[in-house]
Amino acid sequence: MNELLNNILFLPEQASTFAERVDNLHYFVVGVTMLMSFAVGTAAVFFFFRYRRRSPTQTTEYVVPSVKTEFLFVSLPLLFFLTWFVIGFRDFVFVSTPPKDAMDVYVMGKQWMWKFSYPEGPNGVNVLHVPANRPVRLLITSRDVIHSFFVPSFRIKMDAVPGRYTQTWFEATKPGTYQILCTEYCGLSHSKMLGEVVVLAPEEWDAWVKEQRKGSLQNRQDALADLSLVPQPARMAEQGQKVAAEVGCFKCHTVNGEPHIGPTFLGLYGKQETLQDGMSLRVDEAYITQSMMDPGAHLTSGFPNVMPTFQGKLTGPQTAAIVEYIKTLRTPDIRTGASSQGPVYEPIQ
Amino acid sequence: MSPSSSIAAEPGAVPAPDEHHEHHPSYLVDGTTVKSWLLTLDHKRIGVMYLIWVLLFFLIGGIYALIVRLELLTPGPTIIDAMTYNRAFTMHGVVMIFLFMIPAIPGAFGNFMLPLMLGAKDVAFPKLNLMSLYLLLSGAVIAIWGMINGGMDTGWTFYTPYSTHTTTTVAPILFGAFIIGFSSIATGLNFIVTTHTMRAPGITWFKMPLFVWAMYATACIQVLATPVLGLVLLLVVGENIFHFGIFDPARGGDPVLFQHLFWFYSHPAVYIMVLPAFGVMSEVVATYSRKNIFGYRAVAFSSLGIAFVGFFAWGHHMFVSGQSTFNAGVFAVLTMLVGVFTAIKVFNWVGTVYKGAVDFKTPFAYFCGFLYFTVFGGMTGVAFATASLDVPWHDTYFVVAHFHFIMVGATIMAFMAALHYWFPKMFGKTYHEGWGLVSAALIILGFNATFIPQFLLGNAGMPRRYYEYPERFQTLNVASTAGASLLAFGFIIAAVYLTYALVYGERASANPWHSRGYEWLTESPPPTHNFVGPQPTYTEEPHFYVEPEKAEVPDAV
Ligand code: HEM
Ligand SMILES: [Cu+2]
Repeated sequence: MNELLNNILFLPEQASTFAERVDNLHYFVVGVTMLMSFAVGTAAVFFFFRYRRRSPTQTTEYVVPSVKTEFLFVSLPLLFFLTWFVIGFRDFVFVSTPPKDAMDVYVMGKQWMWKFSYPEGPNGVNVLHVPANRPVRLLITSRDVIHSFFVPSFRIKMDAVPGRYTQTWFEATKPGTYQILCTEYCGLSHSKMLGEVVVLAPEEWDAWVKEQRKGSLQNRQDALADLSLVPQPARMAEQGQKVAAEVGCFKCHTVNGEPHIGPTFLGLYGKQETLQDGMSLRVDEAYITQSMMDPGAHLTSGFPNVMPTFQGKLTGPQTAAIVEYIKTLRTPDIRTGASSQGPVYEPIQ
Repeated sequence: MSPSSSIAAEPGAVPAPDEHHEHHPSYLVDGTTVKSWLLTLDHKRIGVMYLIWVLLFFLIGGIYALIVRLELLTPGPTIIDAMTYNRAFTMHGVVMIFLFMIPAIPGAFGNFMLPLMLGAKDVAFPKLNLMSLYLLLSGAVIAIWGMINGGMDTGWTFYTPYSTHTTTTVAPILFGAFIIGFSSIATGLNFIVTTHTMRAPGITWFKMPLFVWAMYATACIQVLATPVLGLVLLLVVGENIFHFGIFDPARGGDPVLFQHLFWFYSHPAVYIMVLPAFGVMSEVVATYSRKNIFGYRAVAFSSLGIAFVGFFAWGHHMFVSGQSTFNAGVFAVLTMLVGVFTAIKVFNWVGTVYKGAVDFKTPFAYFCGFLYFTVFGGMTGVAFATASLDVPWHDTYFVVAHFHFIMVGATIMAFMAALHYWFPKMFGKTYHEGWGLVSAALIILGFNATFIPQFLLGNAGMPRRYYEYPERFQTLNVASTAGASLLAFGFIIAAVYLTYALVYGERASANPWHSRGYEWLTESPPPTHNFVGPQPTYTEEPHFYVEPEKAEVPDAV
């Protein structure tokens, strides 16, 4: 049944956990639409024939609907629409809320390519490698204009907006290669901004990761003889630390827990921060990015509004690296270098 | 009939020319110099001029559409390069939306019919009316100048920061659209005041024809929403030329702010385009079924309801732009309400045919097409508003198919229906019924053949605004292009027989459809001051087809 409907409706194959959920609602909605159109159409055609005009000036009865009829006209569609809404919104919440154990990948759109970077090291252009059966969270931004990251087989899409991070996630269900398309018009070669997601079986994934590690470690000048004994800090985080030092974050922020001119970075990520206007919010990627780009937007209680904006001074990857660095200051196991692969974030609320 | 008789007194009465006829030439011949047309203050002549211009704009937009469709015949380059393609779909959208769909029905038929339906001699501000025509034309001239000198490649949605960075000439086209906005506001203002102050004695609010209700609701949206668009277009021009940095993140701006402002206008704008269509269809279905509208008040109020909730639904264009999940839920529910209001109308239109006396003429054929496009297009809209389904569909061909079905489909059906329904009234001539039905059938078929494949393309995942596409999408694209040719052919036929009818058509009687709509109470074509002699009296609601002796009206809901 699923396969048949999939073919009739020209839907691509279902390759993520979300795809199945969306498609089931899709069938229901299309089914009701067809039925309703059919009912309205049949009623109309029946009336056209049944009530043909018999003389040019024929008169008619004065018919007005009863309150009950009008009530039916309103409540019938409303009932259906609300049912769709409830199911649809539940699924929407599902796709908007990545699970806690998801693996992170940064995605950057750029005229006209997709760049991927993993907190642990490797980067890729236009090809995203992910393991099957494991949730992957995408943290998406753009370097120039708005793009939109779309994988039809996963039924996911999220805009890449310059100056901010958006997120989405998926869990691929079968190994294979799936197309990525850009769905927000972004200029001359918009239609050539294609990429692919390569979903690997768990063993292949481990092998792939090892391969990538090797490459990145071999390039390190300070590589030591026995690689397995040296704790490798996440490469992106390491870069982030360097960038933060270069642009001067540490003039005001400490990393050892002491407040200075600004709040400390230690334990910042994931914390519930109290703001000057009395509100509070959870520190996530979006908040950290915003604090760099528009520091006055949400002032932390107890600190003066003195931070300069880094808008235009930090590139997308640099921003991501700093965010990644601040994240490592929270997760104890990452700081000690025991593992760089575990969950490193809480979902954005 | 004598102008003072009420409608119910003479079922199906056709006003005969009275003895003063010779002294009251029709508006068409009352002054034949070029100046008497270009500087006229007569709402009917202004309506006719609008009609001529919007038909021209429709032709321009249609040529762009065919270029776009031809280019998509093959996966790679077909007839034009990528830059030309990007300009072509942008201009197709800009011309069709700002120069055809928004002004078409209000400008041409609203201007002509509103005063006739209200028993008024003209609109409230005839000079403002003329000015709004010239504002539209000057906006069009500026925009078309921009199209020839560089063109624009942003899509009609002008999303920032792309539109602030592109090297094409954005400024004149946006400035043209800004001026066209003033035209829209002026028309809306005029209609609101006319409806409030110029109703003839006897025409109470609940005896107004439903076309007037629809124009009134449309006018409210035009006056309230258009200024927001004007503002945002000017800001984009400023960004583009002076680099203000309001929407450009590289300068500290917010690109999503643009989307909020843009859709705050443009979502209600889709109702500016489609409410007049609903109004036309209420008249058409009543006339050709010879029935009072089933649930008149429900239809009237649902226009206002759509106008109202239309302002609170804009966020459904931004489900995947990073807005909060909570927002998405709120906008999803509010969008559903628009669907419910539209459903009320659909059910009541079908109810109107019930126990009617159906005469299946060309405008009624368009009504059938309209009913189908509205139900199907509207339901796909609700499907979109179901947030999770929007995720894969957003910005794919499914969106293109959806809004062509509801917005373009409904508007075109209504425009063609209005053209045929009021043709005898406006020009005093009749056209060939057989050709009318043939071209209606071709247009409706062509429309389906063009856009049903696009729904499927969207399902398959083809994004909109693609110059090249992966090969697996080709079959459906070829089908769509074939459908577009059929559609174009249907329009060509209509253009031919209507032009022929204008010149060689038989003289039409005052009320060839035996309608009891108020606009038929005068001659065809009407004299300059709309009515000869004293004003008609209005004792019955419009489209009251009951036999006089049975004319005890039960309480309407
Ligand atoms: C009544 C006449 C309607 C018109 C003229 C209309 C027009 C449009 C247009 C022009 C767009 C595309 C905008 C763009 O992306 O360029 C659109 C999208 C949309 N419409 Fe409609 N629409 C109508 C009815 C509805 C209804 C009844 C609903 C739902 C109840 C609806 C829901 C939507 C949604 C959710 C989208 C966004 C799709 C997306 O881009 O992901 N529309 N509509
Ligand atoms: Cu793009």
